[in-house]
Amino acid sequence: MRYLPHNDEAISRMLSEIGVSEVDELFSDVPSKALKNVKFNLPNHMSELEVERYMKNLTKNNLVASEIPFFIGGGAYQHHIPSAVDHIIQRGEFLTSYTPYQAEISQGTLQSLYEFQTQVSMITGMEIANASMYDGSTASAEAVLMAGRITKKNKIVITEAVHPQWIETIKTFINPIGMKLLKIKKKEPGKFEDNFGEICGNIDKDTACVVIQIPDFFGSVGSYTDISKKCNEYGALLIVCVTEVLSLGLLNPPGKFGADIVVCEGQSLGVGLSFGGPYVGLFSTHKKYVRYMPGRIVGQTSDKNGKRGWVLTLNTREQHIRREKATSNICTNAGLCALAFSIHLSLLGETGFKKLAVVNHERANFLYDALLLVKNISLLNDSFFNEFVISLPSSSKDFVEHACRKGIMAGLPVERLFFSLPNSKNMLLIAATELNTDNDIKKLVKLFKDYF
Amino acid sequence: MILKESSYGAGLDMHEPLIFEQGNTGRIGVDLPDTKLDTIRLGKCKIRNTIGLPDLSEPQVIRHYTRISRNNYSIDTGFYPLGSCSMKHNPRLNEKIARLPGLKDIHPFQPISSVQGALELIYNLQEWLKELTGMPFVSICPAAGAHGELCGLLSIKASLNNKGLERSIVLIPESAHGTNPASASFCGYTTDKIEEDSFGRINLVSLENKLDENVAAVMVTNPNTCGVFEKDILEISKRVHEAGAYLYCDGANFNALVGKIKPADLGIDAMHINLHKTFSTPHGGGGPGAGPTVLSEELAQYAPIPHVIFTKNKYDIIENINSSRNSLGRMRAFHCQMGTFIRALTFCLSHGKDGLKKVSEISVLNANYVKSRISKSIKPSYKLNCMHECLFDDSFLRGSGITTLDFAKALIDEGFHPPTMYFPLVVKGAMLIEPTESENKETLDLFCNSFIRLVDQIKSGNKDIFLNAPQYSPWKRLDEAKAARNLNLRWNKTT
Repeated sequence: MRYLPHNDEAISRMLSEIGVSEVDELFSDVPSKALKNVKFNLPNHMSELEVERYMKNLTKNNLVASEIPFFIGGGAYQHHIPSAVDHIIQRGEFLTSYTPYQAEISQGTLQSLYEFQTQVSMITGMEIANASMYDGSTASAEAVLMAGRITKKNKIVITEAVHPQWIETIKTFINPIGMKLLKIKKKEPGKFEDNFGEICGNIDKDTACVVIQIPDFFGSVGSYTDISKKCNEYGALLIVCVTEVLSLGLLNPPGKFGADIVVCEGQSLGVGLSFGGPYVGLFSTHKKYVRYMPGRIVGQTSDKNGKRGWVLTLNTREQHIRREKATSNICTNAGLCALAFSIHLSLLGETGFKKLAVVNHERANFLYDALLLVKNISLLNDSFFNEFVISLPSSSKDFVEHACRKGIMAGLPVERLFFSLPNSKNMLLIAATELNTDNDIKKLVKLFKDYF
Repeated sequence: MILKESSYGAGLDMHEPLIFEQGNTGRIGVDLPDTKLDTIRLGKCKIRNTIGLPDLSEPQVIRHYTRISRNNYSIDTGFYPLGSCSMKHNPRLNEKIARLPGLKDIHPFQPISSVQGALELIYNLQEWLKELTGMPFVSICPAAGAHGELCGLLSIKASLNNKGLERSIVLIPESAHGTNPASASFCGYTTDKIEEDSFGRINLVSLENKLDENVAAVMVTNPNTCGVFEKDILEISKRVHEAGAYLYCDGANFNALVGKIKPADLGIDAMHINLHKTFSTPHGGGGPGAGPTVLSEELAQYAPIPHVIFTKNKYDIIENINSSRNSLGRMRAFHCQMGTFIRALTFCLSHGKDGLKKVSEISVLNANYVKSRISKSIKPSYKLNCMHECLFDDSFLRGSGITTLDFAKALIDEGFHPPTMYFPLVVKGAMLIEPTESENKETLDLFCNSFIRLVDQIKSGNKDIFLNAPQYSPWKRLDEAKAARNLNLRWNKTT
């Protein structure tokens, strides 16, 4: 077996050093009932070639996003990832190391995470950030728990325009500890401020936090200073979720709107679609809340000779020190995805990050303008970044499956995630990124015209 | 650019400024079209001003990250016996497979008919994990071990709720990973400690005394973090179940058992599996991982969504909370850690049942070999044969003025990543060594020789090589207290 290290001679010399005659003696504490007659109905080992054949065969039954006109978003976006990203993250020094417990021989990881924290703080417009969470959805749940710890209140006001799977994740995290979720209905998907009045009306002295998303699940964007003012008035924290992190290249960041905690899905930069994971959660907040923050944090210091270096810091918040009193149970996080994110953002720089965001908005505009000319469909958004929702004359799921058979991924039927929204059956969420050519868009528009 | 002075004398020692200190404006590392926005549809949201990110070209970025990468110790560059982390070889085939376009380049919300291969892959991994553990159900949702603990405990909580039982306590041995009590708190439980016996195992009397109608679950790690198998596990399971509680197993140490026994035969109700440990998905400087959690027949109905099924000759994914009535809900968005699943399944297929059996056998052999050799020099914390990791403590350092930390840093000068230090908490100044199945005898001998040589230095009263360590790493001892005192968590233009 190609990964195993010993020849027979080594094994027998090791056994004699230990003072046993066979390996099974080392398992003598295992109940014999469990050791004997155990049978695994599994195949024996395979060569590289055999495994590769097997796996390649599996992939034949998947339609590949990058090979067809592709318009699905809904919290995970297809973007072009520069080749340098994948090259660097495959360096063994990054790929095959672990949490940098031994700082003196982990400065590569620590420096990159310090840079990651800086980048995340900058793009969200906040003071500080941690060294990553599993993904955006779990980061949002951790943010809510953190708001509970800070305010010692337990009411959460959330708009239905937050990604439905993020809301479900938050629910799972808060249920056991007795926080309560008040979900504010969305009446008009695509209108950003639609339910803000009702959100503000429900903020009171018991409110721990308000959770909103921008661009919201339906793609719309706008201002939310009214909500942040109201939060301030009642001492509630404003948590802003971002599922399309690239939008921060064009939109005024949550930090400018009075956000207290910003959580993002970082997948758009460097990570890729990968059928939903692993992704990377970004988590940023004010410096005054740093001791309430979940996850690893890297801080700058110096070594014995005064040389600048970095270490994991504020460990007393964490599970391995604080155990049942820790701010979170998170240990393994999204390290390598955070590195990929950082490399991509470094390649883009200020110029590229903004430019890529502009290209995305332009592509979405192009698609929007083209769809305006299609009869029988209505565009519901008053604003958007690179994604918006449209209403079709009939089931959007049927249309998407029809399009799929024609080799086009037309978008996300809203009813796949939204089970309660009126008329969601006919709604389709469409995203456009730098990868969508004029030709892709023309193909999609023609499909709409032919179908309806 | 910060490099104002000549770095004469640096040689191959990499002194790399922060990326922000090398930035300028008007450069780019990705070519993008010059796009003018004719229309802006951003509603009341203003366009943002300066962000502060540096502009760099691709060669600068490549050089930056390549240079800083060289400051990392890794499995590829050396022996990494970090206890309870299973730092084994990461096969490159797994990386290649994970990058096949038909696996990497698919969206979680594509129509089910267009991702049959991806679902088949997840389904196959589910089948492998069920067969290897002997458990009837696996939830693929958890993103890491701690997330898996949450999955198991929330399933247990849901089951108790369903029975109308209000139980508020989770019992955890002192030797457990910190995530165990943290996860229990997350679920709203209070935790209580079970004491260990003189061999580092669960003390049955202590367990018996604390088991009552308030106990929801007992969390055990088996083998435990002292490297010892809980040989009374069947008795523990019996008593836990008699008390109406559930037995959760922390599967971080599954490497000692994989392919050798089925944890179901140990009487457990739930266990997470760290794919980044036993199944070799790369640790990536801290993640990502995955923590699929196996559940008993009784708990399976409470599992989170989504999960993959095979029905009517096709694969499907249950992702709607309404169609899984008793489910505890969703633990994260999308279909979980696909990239990790691909690598883990590749690992399974490469090894097969015969290879996986050797994984556990060799990892146990290697740990016992290291233990046996080092034990000739210092006393191990527990005399018994160990499983896949072995535990030493600082009793040999007493009176020397040298701490476990100093000793660990001296191991860096010998060219090794130190073992896990100060964990588990049941012994003072712990050093937990896990060699994994990847290491050959020559490497283990080198490590043991170094370790023993350092012990000899302690015995002969040589303090300097410990107090000054590490001397041969790119950075000398870093000041952790200063980092916590003068918090500096990001670069600013003025720093």
